Amino acid sequence: MDMQPVKFYQTGTFTVGNRLLDEPQRTVQANMRRTNSLNSGHRACQGCGEALGARYAIDAAMRATNNQVIAVNATGCLEVFSTPYPETSWQIPWMHSLFGNAAAVASGVAAALKLRGRTDVRVIAQGGDGGTTDIGFGCLSGMFERNDDVLYICYDNEAYMNTGIQRSSATPPAARTATTASVGDAPGNVFGTGKNVPLIAMAHEIPYVATASVANLRDLEYKVTRAMGIRGARYIHIHVPCPLGWGSLPADTIRLARLAVESGLYPLIEAEYGELTGRTRIRHKVPVEEYLKRQRRFAHLFGARPDVARIARIQATADRNIARFGLTG
Amino acid sequence: MFQVRIHGRGGQGVVSGAEMLSISAFLEGRHAQAFPSFGSERMGAPVMAFCRIDDAPIELREPVIEPDALIIQDPTLLHQVDLFKGLHAEGYIIINSTRGFDELGLGEFARGFNHYRLSTVPATELALKHVGRPLPNAALLGGFAAVTGEIAIGSVISAIRDRFPGKIAEANILAATAAYDLLTKQREPLHA
Amino acid sequence: MLKQTEGSRAVAEAIALCRPEVICAYPITPQTHIVEALGEMVKSGELAKCDFINVESEFAALSVAIGASAAGARSYTATSSQGLLFMAEAVYNAAGLGLPIVMTIGNRAIGAPINIWNDHSDSMSMRDAGWIQLHAESNQEALDLHIQAFRLAEELSCPAMVCMDGFILTHAYDRVDIPAQADVDRYLPPFEPRQVLDPAEPVSIGAMVGPEAFTEVRYLAHHKQMQALARIPQLAAEFKTQFGRDSGGLLRTYCTEDAETIVVALGSVNGTVKEVIRALRAEGMRIGSVSLCSFRPFPLAALRAAIGHAQRVVVLEKCLAVGLGGILSDGVRKSLSGIALKGYTVIAGLGGRAITRASLRTLFQDATRDTLEPVTFLDLNTEIVNRELEREKQARRTGPTAESILRQLGTVASRIA
Repeated sequence: MDMQPVKFYQTGTFTVGNRLLDEPQRTVQANMRRTNSLNSGHRACQGCGEALGARYAIDAAMRATNNQVIAVNATGCLEVFSTPYPETSWQIPWMHSLFGNAAAVASGVAAALKLRGRTDVRVIAQGGDGGTTDIGFGCLSGMFERNDDVLYICYDNEAYMNTGIQRSSATPPAARTATTASVGDAPGNVFGTGKNVPLIAMAHEIPYVATASVANLRDLEYKVTRAMGIRGARYIHIHVPCPLGWGSLPADTIRLARLAVESGLYPLIEAEYGELTGRTRIRHKVPVEEYLKRQRRFAHLFGARPDVARIARIQATADRNIARFGLTG
Repeated sequence: MFQVRIHGRGGQGVVSGAEMLSISAFLEGRHAQAFPSFGSERMGAPVMAFCRIDDAPIELREPVIEPDALIIQDPTLLHQVDLFKGLHAEGYIIINSTRGFDELGLGEFARGFNHYRLSTVPATELALKHVGRPLPNAALLGGFAAVTGEIAIGSVISAIRDRFPGKIAEANILAATAAYDLLTKQREPLHA
Repeated sequence: MLKQTEGSRAVAEAIALCRPEVICAYPITPQTHIVEALGEMVKSGELAKCDFINVESEFAALSVAIGASAAGARSYTATSSQGLLFMAEAVYNAAGLGLPIVMTIGNRAIGAPINIWNDHSDSMSMRDAGWIQLHAESNQEALDLHIQAFRLAEELSCPAMVCMDGFILTHAYDRVDIPAQADVDRYLPPFEPRQVLDPAEPVSIGAMVGPEAFTEVRYLAHHKQMQALARIPQLAAEFKTQFGRDSGGLLRTYCTEDAETIVVALGSVNGTVKEVIRALRAEGMRIGSVSLCSFRPFPLAALRAAIGHAQRVVVLEKCLAVGLGGILSDGVRKSLSGIALKGYTVIAGLGGRAITRASLRTLFQDATRDTLEPVTFLDLNTEIVNRELEREKQARRTGPTAESILRQLGTVASRIA
């Protein structure tokens, strides 16, 4: 008897691209009517996590607000690759002012809208880790403190990538950057430094803080949607791998983001008014090496004589996150 | 143009005094300019404020270097700061004190000036009595009106009402009119 | 309505009459009274439909104004000295983006050494950022200029600074005429932006511009200021017709027609200058003055017409181009291109030092006798300067210069001028 291959389409899974689900169950990205707020034609690198993260986040925000979003962007990769003179790939009203003032400019936009009674139009401020955790920190804290009606999204690729991969206060320990050399015994970025802006945001007791990752689109869309349903200062920190800066394969962007989550190095959490309200449990915990070894910025930890001590310290950080936020069990 | 310089210490209402003086003149339809000298503004430090009054618009912006009248709110400044610098022989001096010029150690100094234009008035005591706080500026303005005749007591009263709310204004007005009456009475025999 | 009030208060009332929608406030002496007064007015409801935002730095203040303006709201802020420097990046950004923000500068010296008193170093530091810069001679003019500034800024889509001398004007009580709301509304219509963030018509504002087009964008910014040269006198004339007084314009002349010596200055010192000129003219001296109101755009042609016939020009500056001399003098010299006359730069009033009639009288007399150096510092204490220079020659570890000079001067509080 002839064997005939029969294709079965698996319906009912919640994989992100599944269009065989009912419309309400599809991700925004899987929806034919998604806005593509960050349209194609931008100049991001192949495999850019930030381009993914921005499109996911803004499209979700657009759906949540019936397409009434204004975005204020800090200087950085996203701003540069999305608006290469004389083109723009933004389908929404969008403004870029300076490197350090996105949060303040967004506060101003929100104030103007409120005055005009345009409560239907919402404001998103967005920037990379450099523009958020370093130079934009003052304005960010000010916006939080005033509880201005702005959602601030930080796309964290863990260094100043646009200017050539320099260390920021979001750069993880041991990572090599242009300003944290890993030559000879030098360890890359030192241990004992760095800022955890999601925790700092929680300390401001603003209505909503969340961390998200391009590896978990449903979770990211859920968090942005949830944030858009809240008024006041909100903060979402999205982990976005950078193949160029991390020295990873463009095809590995989502895999790396998933490994960061599953190792415990990048916890996915939610908080309201300073209290932890949710976290995504790790299904299959992986050792940090699985994550680190795929990135050339950590290559100096491996090789003929692996830096066992530093890898152990990184593992300890991951384990501490797991314990602190209850990510397993 | 009539130029006034007020000396005192930070916290005594020197600047408000100058401002109220300018408002008094304004209420009489005249031009007036009042401004502080801006030294270190901590409590107790010597401060000065200036006021110019004229019928024409005042464009001059320098400090008052040649005052026509001096108001000295704090006598402890007397032998510390050169308060009298620039005052001409026909100038007015009003000192906040219960003591006279001789007792203040200014007897010899006073001989160089027009005797009728020098006065002391217990402004702090009047303020304590009527307002309950040692802020002598309102009383000194009343004294200024009596001694110089440059502004009417009625204008001083209106200026005080402009600056202070309700009861506080009325209390300050009592202090101002008390000083005015006191100095007017003192001078009556001289004009007889 | 006539009022006797503090300069800052008068300015605040004028700004309120302009119906600002977003006001950002960060405190710095000596402008604080302005924004405090505005805050009170918003709280009391006197200034309605206005959001008063307490920001965390001057950089944030102007940034919030940038966002609000881009979203179509009439926006205002105020600063001085160090605050202006702290927002420097945003100052250039606002001009480059063409956002018609109006900002008051309570002119104050820039440190180090830290100094809270008046001079023009702050607004001068931003003179080439692309903002319109207008200087007020009196509190009346300061309040009037804000009304004109909103109109001019919004017409041209160019931000404008109104400069008023810190303390000398901000903290002085003066008689002012506060206009009626209806009159201001007639002069200043609602804000109609050239560009606005609106989901109904999405635009991208603030894109990168490369070598292909940057020059053209900058040329257009320069062109805007050239247009302002024409508009400023027109708006001042319209103001005069409507409100009945001379305020603003490019410059004002005083007894210059027959003058052999002409003094040029910015701001409140012009009042004292005119007093001295009146006295000297009564003694037969042919002297006059020009009060420059518009510093940016710099009125080269108008100034040339006003002073070109004189024998000498004395530029009295409250600012210093360290290593060069005068700043205002540069513009004055440019205006006299091709005309040969004697020019004297006098640096005066730095850090709030009083400029007295007596000093100016001697200065102007020296000028007419042509005994002045090309650049002089008015009332410079040469004894102290020489002592300090000598000290530095003798030893290496001489300590902080400023502190040493203060020590030599003794207590300062007892001084009058």
